[in-house]
Amino acid sequence: MFIIGELINGMYKNIGQAIKEKNKALIQKSALEQIKAGADALDVNCGPASGDPVSDIQWLVQAIQEVTDKPLALDSSKPQVIESGLKVMRNNAVVNSTTADTEKLAALVPLAKKHRAKLIGLTISAKGIPQNKDQRLELAANIVASCVEQDFPVEDLYLDPVILPVNVAQAQMHDILESMREFKIISEPAPKCIVGLSNVSQGSCNRSLINRAFLVMALGFGLDAAILDPLDKDLMDAAITAELILNKNIYCDSYLDAYRKK
Amino acid sequence: MALELMLEKSSGAVSIVQIGATKEEGGSRSHGVKIGGQKALPFLFAEGAIPHKPVVAYEVWDIAPTDWPDALINSYGNALKDPFSWVQLCTEKYKAELLCIKLQGAHPDFGNKSAEEEAGFICQLLKKVPVPLIILGCGDDAKDNLVLPACSEAAKGERCLLGSAVQDNYKTLTAAALADGHSMVAESPIDINIAKQLNILISDMGLPLERIVINPTIGALGYGLEYAYSIMERARLAALSGDKAVASPFICTVGQEAWRAKEARVSENEFPAWGAQAERGIIWETVTAAALIQAGADILVMRHPQAVENIHRYIKELI
Repeated sequence: MFIIGELINGMYKNIGQAIKEKNKALIQKSALEQIKAGADALDVNCGPASGDPVSDIQWLVQAIQEVTDKPLALDSSKPQVIESGLKVMRNNAVVNSTTADTEKLAALVPLAKKHRAKLIGLTISAKGIPQNKDQRLELAANIVASCVEQDFPVEDLYLDPVILPVNVAQAQMHDILESMREFKIISEPAPKCIVGLSNVSQGSCNRSLINRAFLVMALGFGLDAAILDPLDKDLMDAAITAELILNKNIYCDSYLDAYRKK
Repeated sequence: MALELMLEKSSGAVSIVQIGATKEEGGSRSHGVKIGGQKALPFLFAEGAIPHKPVVAYEVWDIAPTDWPDALINSYGNALKDPFSWVQLCTEKYKAELLCIKLQGAHPDFGNKSAEEEAGFICQLLKKVPVPLIILGCGDDAKDNLVLPACSEAAKGERCLLGSAVQDNYKTLTAAALADGHSMVAESPIDINIAKQLNILISDMGLPLERIVINPTIGALGYGLEYAYSIMERARLAALSGDKAVASPFICTVGQEAWRAKEARVSENEFPAWGAQAERGIIWETVTAAALIQAGADILVMRHPQAVENIHRYIKELI
């Protein structure tokens, strides 16, 4: 599984503060901690408090690139913020994210293509969040079609079914899982599937346990990547074990260590 | 529409291990032998780099073997009685680029040579022959734990391949390899899970995974070859998809297994329909080696010079 560490996000108090004070050391520390814990890439989000995200994202990218060459996921709902981040990007990039809306796809698909970035496509549109599997698949198909039309490699597209909190939309959970399996049959080569994991437990008790259970189930439904907290060791152990059970890795007694040596 | 072949591109690669250090590299070998580095399954050149060919290591013992069949004994003659003459024959007449020295004489049942004697032997050997060495113990854990560290020290800096570490006995050998700059053979009993575990245990002691060669344990043709083949293939597929814990090159004891097969050993008198014993053994060793190259073998430890020649021809034709 491709793991994108979620912790460099201005929504967290310490990161928001560090962005404000341009405290590079704190950002770099978080980057390295996440990589050490198993992150394959890092999400970078200026957060709602940033007054100037177009400039802040550049500062963040440059600060992180000083300490790692892992891919960075530029996380913003505003295409101009993502574009600004891409301008200073040396590492591989992930564009996080487009929706299924025409104007977003027209702006972000060419941008991702130009920078040879992976692209995350949320199955939402201006009409809101889909309420069932069929609506998700329809939006997913629109995103895939737009990528094909614009000659963007579909294997670099990561579709996100958009997880809702379990305490809000319990009835939708099974549909969300099922839609991941069906994303894969939209095209050949198949798009990949990603989730922003921690949303599932937003506002709930036992957040770590809920995240863990959902992740394991999602892997069973064909999940390829997740944006999550890699410092949650139980979560990482559960993911590694789930992939073992899916025969993605060869068993040995120290399989958890073995995975981390990868 | 023209037929288009599907090509698999791999994200991982087999690690590259060098055996033998030249003078510039702190040793005294005439050359180093590099193995591994593949980014594709054997012979699928279109799918990825295959930078190093499989190599043959001539098997040489420190004592005269007592149970080798006539076909083998005749091919070396009196040289078998003296390890120095034996290695000389291998390097000079047969142009061996790599030697696999088996310290059988240290075994309590086969001479019980001391650690000092064996270390002295290795020292002399290094002076007499310039080719890189694989040094294997006698297989008795307690004795190997005395003999191999002494030999390791005697060959310090020569970047030998020392073996064999097994799951229940790897610490002493790992410490020696670490101290003296050698690489190691990690042996598992036709078991991919143990092979992976042993690599992790050794690397946890500080020896990089890039200095381990896996001996997956093989069977000869008709004696479990297909089990070894499937284990090697599975490990190699995992390595190519990025699992570093099994991304080690393979060493296969082809000669030892092939010449144990009934078909290689029994005389023509017993089985007249099978033809000459001398030819059968060579065929058995050749076919076993050829199959293992297809499975991904990097080092083939072999015995009969004719079988080695056959395999060299085979490698040349395919690569």
